Amino acid sequence: MDQRLETQLAHHGIWRAGTRSSAAIPGIPTGLAELDGLLPEGWPSGALTELLVGPEGSGALSLVMPALVRLGQEARWLAWVDPSYTPYAPALAQRGMALSRMLLIQAGGRPTDRLWATEQTLRSGACSAVLSWLETAEFRDLRRLQLAAATGDAWGILFRPGRALTEASPAALRLRVKSAARGGVIDLVKRRGGRTASLTLRHP
Amino acid sequence: MEWLSLGLPYLPFEALGWEARPGPCVIDAGGSPARVLLANLAACALGIRPGMSLNAARVLGSIEVIARREDCERRALEALATWCGQFTPALSLSPPDGLLLEVGASLRLFGGAEPLLQCVREGVRALGYRPRLALAPTPLAATLFVRAGEEVCIRGGRSLIGPLSRLPLTDLQLDPKIEQSLAGMGLRCIGDCLRLPREGLTKRFGAGFVRLLDRALGREPDPRPWYTPPSRFERRLELPRQTAQTEALLFAAQRLLRELEGFLRAREGGVQRLTWSLAHPGASPTRFTLGCIEPGRDAERFGRLLRERLTRLVLPAPVQALVLIAGAILPVASVQGELLDSAKRTMRESGEALIERLRARLGEEAVRGLKLVADYRPECAFRFCSPGEASAAPAWARRPLWLLPAPRPLASRDGRPCLNGTLVFSGSRECIESGWWDGGIARDYFIATDARGVRWWVFRERNSGRWFLHGLFD
Repeated sequence: MDQRLETQLAHHGIWRAGTRSSAAIPGIPTGLAELDGLLPEGWPSGALTELLVGPEGSGALSLVMPALVRLGQEARWLAWVDPSYTPYAPALAQRGMALSRMLLIQAGGRPTDRLWATEQTLRSGACSAVLSWLETAEFRDLRRLQLAAATGDAWGILFRPGRALTEASPAALRLRVKSAARGGVIDLVKRRGGRTASLTLRHP
Repeated sequence: MEWLSLGLPYLPFEALGWEARPGPCVIDAGGSPARVLLANLAACALGIRPGMSLNAARVLGSIEVIARREDCERRALEALATWCGQFTPALSLSPPDGLLLEVGASLRLFGGAEPLLQCVREGVRALGYRPRLALAPTPLAATLFVRAGEEVCIRGGRSLIGPLSRLPLTDLQLDPKIEQSLAGMGLRCIGDCLRLPREGLTKRFGAGFVRLLDRALGREPDPRPWYTPPSRFERRLELPRQTAQTEALLFAAQRLLRELEGFLRAREGGVQRLTWSLAHPGASPTRFTLGCIEPGRDAERFGRLLRERLTRLVLPAPVQALVLIAGAILPVASVQGELLDSAKRTMRESGEALIERLRARLGEEAVRGLKLVADYRPECAFRFCSPGEASAAPAWARRPLWLLPAPRPLASRDGRPCLNGTLVFSGSRECIESGWWDGGIARDYFIATDARGVRWWVFRERNSGRWFLHGLFD
């Protein structure tokens, strides 16, 4: 290609499909060998990760579990905002999670409180990861959360219903997780500076 | 002895929170005929002066007249004395509008007289007052300088006599009769009297007058009654206007919180619980308590907690007064000196502060931690605790990531449980049984997969043979 065109395209504001962005975001290792192929740079820290899940039992929590266990070694907190059920402590302990770093937040039924608690925990800088179960969220709410995650250097993990797939999102990473006969199917819907992909996982 | 006199010439306004009124307003001195006690800047611009009759003042322009509230002034003065307890324990009230602090023992701690004066001045200004400060070797001299509006800093008895001699005699607040005869003799300032023979002065104006001069110069002792600050903090602040706006309430509350900060600093302590009471006209007050994890005294931090609560609070009526009651005073873990890493600390909030903020809005029970309990019954193997509590890990067989709040009954076909079709079992059976004294459960647990590939934790009750869903492996 023309040399001059090359230099123009080297501008950092231009993203070219097929090349990963050179400004790599420091990531959190996934801790799952199969997933590392899909996300070689790991989970994006200081940004939002959206997991679009089915009604129940999609295996989405297991995906992020190894990374959460690793983050649990830090002095910072792991906040769980309004999980659909009570995370079962013995199972978490079996997987090596530091329970004493866990912060369970019951924001009550109101969506505004849930968003507020998510934003506060992300922004505070006191949490290394924030897991939040958001039924509904507007684009501008997600944008706020994204900025809060960047400010607080926290990994924001949003569990959202599958129907949110059609909505636009500012999240750095979006994955659709579906359960299949003997494992799970992961569709990489969006990632910063990379192309979409798909992966089938088997249950351990 | 080094006496710091703190005068509050605008206290009648400040005690009511009226110091920042833009329009002209005056304080009614009471009595008849009504006179102006104090006028604000806008009123002074109209030509209104203290001492003028109220009717004359009304002719000069339309003004707001406020009745003087001496009880509020007294409360404000006592609160300020309590706040000053952080500089010295030797405090004395000089009503109606002044305080005396014996600061001889504190000068070294604060790095000298000037830094101390600066420190007191800034603190008092932050509380919303406009103070006049003077430092002198005797309490009366310091008071006289403040009354004359001279903010001096005099140390050592020898350098006192010069500046003191120049002060007018009217500042001594003498009997009007004595004042008149002094003026009749052509005596204007204190120095004029000091030049005259003592015997003559005693004969003409009485021994009391001469003793007053002696006290000002430190030739005679001048004992003052010490003020003992209350052992607990309870303060009421009248609002200048009834309001229901969060920002206005927070502004007023910040003053109370700063007073509390000084009170606690004097005791080297902090508080964990603050009780607020918002007084409404004709309705019972709104009361609530804010708690925090670590005892503290930082006014900013308490202010943030209050903001979260106030934004959610529905007030039945506008607020006319704020009451702050501090809980038990507890020792503070350490003095938070900022030497290094101050930039990093401001960016990263501490976990405790975050938890307090979440609790202030969502409630005490909304933020919890998890803890393991050594119990083989699945429902009892964990409990909620305060965040950060550690627990030992007992060993169990494989457990699901999510536990249902209560077991959910499952339909069964030919003795096999159904959920989205027939469930397929994998792995081995786990028996969990407890005695009749302990709830009496007898269950066989299985890991089962449904048609969609979701793995569940199910059990069969040994006695009834019924199937239940108890967890989800995610």
